Amino acid sequence: MNQTQAFKQRIDDALHNDQLRANFRSAMDGIMSHRASQFPDDVQLQALREQARAIRANALVKQPELLVQLEQKLTENGIQVHWAETPTEANQMILGILHQADAKSVIKGKSMVSEETELNRYLEEHDIEVIESDLGEYIIQLAQEPPSHIVAPAIHKNRQEVGKLFQKHHPEQPYTEDIDALTQTARHILRDKFAQADAGISGVNFAVAETGTLCLVENEGNGRLSTTAPRVHIAITGIEKVVEKLSDIPPLLNILTKSATGQPITTYFNMISRPRQPGEKDGPEAVHLVLLDNGRSHIRVDEELLDTLRCIRCGACINHCPVYVQLGGHAYGTVYPGPIGLALEPQRLGLDKAGTLTSACSLCGACGEVCPVKIPLPKLINRLRAESVNHKQNTSVKGKGALRKPSEATIWRLWQFLYANARLYRAFLYMATRFGKLTPNQLGAWTRYRQAVKPARKSLHELAKQAGFSHGV
Amino acid sequence: MKPTSVYYFGTCLIDLLYPRAGLAGMQLLKRAGVEVIFPADQSCCGQPAFNSGYRDEALGVARAQLACFFEDIPIVVPSASCAGMIKHHWPELFEGQPDEDTANAVAQRVYELTEFLTDILQIELIDLGERVKVAVHNSCSSQREMGVADRSHQLLNQLVNVEVAPHQRPRECCGFGGTFAVKQADISGAMVNAKTVSLSDSGADKVISQDCGCLMNIGGALQKQGKDLPTQHIAEFLWERTSAD
Repeated sequence: MNQTQAFKQRIDDALHNDQLRANFRSAMDGIMSHRASQFPDDVQLQALREQARAIRANALVKQPELLVQLEQKLTENGIQVHWAETPTEANQMILGILHQADAKSVIKGKSMVSEETELNRYLEEHDIEVIESDLGEYIIQLAQEPPSHIVAPAIHKNRQEVGKLFQKHHPEQPYTEDIDALTQTARHILRDKFAQADAGISGVNFAVAETGTLCLVENEGNGRLSTTAPRVHIAITGIEKVVEKLSDIPPLLNILTKSATGQPITTYFNMISRPRQPGEKDGPEAVHLVLLDNGRSHIRVDEELLDTLRCIRCGACINHCPVYVQLGGHAYGTVYPGPIGLALEPQRLGLDKAGTLTSACSLCGACGEVCPVKIPLPKLINRLRAESVNHKQNTSVKGKGALRKPSEATIWRLWQFLYANARLYRAFLYMATRFGKLTPNQLGAWTRYRQAVKPARKSLHELAKQAGFSHGV
Repeated sequence: MKPTSVYYFGTCLIDLLYPRAGLAGMQLLKRAGVEVIFPADQSCCGQPAFNSGYRDEALGVARAQLACFFEDIPIVVPSASCAGMIKHHWPELFEGQPDEDTANAVAQRVYELTEFLTDILQIELIDLGERVKVAVHNSCSSQREMGVADRSHQLLNQLVNVEVAPHQRPRECCGFGGTFAVKQADISGAMVNAKTVSLSDSGADKVISQDCGCLMNIGGALQKQGKDLPTQHIAEFLWERTSAD
């Protein structure tokens, strides 16, 4: 099955799952209204977006220097820095750190970059016990599913489904659909895991070059526990997460939490700057940062597509996407779903592997409108469509031209021939309006959901002429 | 200052499928005292190919339109989607081309029809029609790219016998998206079904929009579902209610 057929199959499965679609619709309606309530003043919102855009754009321009500075500062602070080109390298490095520390068990905070590397699977294959501690991540780990959303990984499940899942895995607990009771169950189980785990693994929201600080945004306190209770903390993140200054953080954090979950601020915000110091009573003995490239440097080469890397992973584009709300996250089949997934994944994986994703967009623009760092997502998606069929331009996009089909290219050439030739076009209009009734009533996919539309009896060209409107020169 | 003459870019969809909507737009402009020029050599803005990744072909068709709009007068387009293509994407499409400057000049002169009727001509409408309740579908381009969605409401609010019924999801895309509706037909179908529920639950007698692409999608779906809810382009609706013909 090629990528397009596989995607179609996943779309078909998603669209036939009414419960799943109802779950997404209700969740997305809620999250959109929460976000809107945080931005009552559009002028302020636009100013904040512009500020956040400028901070992230600046960081990307200066990225090579900032990464050097970040490594230097982190090292001074006693945090060990590791550079990974590929997911495999990152996984090997993390396993190496765990082996060296004689760590057999890991408690994990939420990290989408670790989804890129499929870290859990890798570590489990190497006999490391991995427990996800973010509630949503814990739920999907029990269900053995990937996240369906980058901020709310278990958003596809309603509380009845979570209740059943908990009953299956923890039969000692009575069945409940009560969210507070389910949360308490998970909390109880995870408390022991935090205490017992040899190492904690987390993601990073922002890495500050100026001070060598790793910022972690979270709501459950699991991030703080994962990064302080075990004796080793390993953070993993993409190289694009670096920002220049500590003063860049407040505006970014402000717009991140409001855009992501509609919260004025999250319950926890962690700034990690060093391992446990002599005389301190808690904190890990060693802190490591794994910086993963995984195609990011390559994306950065293209002046326009570079904007993809501004993303701060708030998920607002996903929440507002009218396609995502119909499909949910799993249908995309990639780590990042929704509009940011459409822009990022085909570049990261190559158009030959994931270019077909770009078709799942009506270019409605809702994503670009809410993006807190003003990534022109529709423009990037449209550009990647062009790259998918690009057979002439010399660009850096991986897998360019992979989706070009001779039949489709011929249709567009004929279309151009017709529509760029005024006399031919008018002749076509004349014929189409005269014989319009003969056009088929079944037009494939279009008429699966709609009645076919028939050409008018006279074109606007004819009506305008009849009504005496001037044709100009 | 009110311009004495404008170009009218009818769009390929209206030309072939909804010419009465196109003509109504021209009549509204003419009644407001503006000479309307309909260049005979026009066809399409190039958007179908542009949004499908075929930029060379889009450029070829867009380029063929340039000569139609030679004079330095406004270009009025009865579609936010096509107006948005010319205004915002032609500069991108023509970048680095020998006729880049001409394309940019044309782009700057483009107005969506209701935008032109309200902002530039400030037309006044006298309602001659029966009482009717309408739901307005604002296209994505009218809301975002062109930012003219409220102009349709401004015009409808002038009609005393027209009640605008709110509906549940006015900001959500109807699922048309040009070739998207064919390439991802099932997603598009799910989206248009959600939109038709929103619109028919409003209790409106009619659906009005600034864009015929959306209407082709929504109207076709309503028909397929056997719902008695007609759709109409705003220009045709305004003209019917305010003219004696």
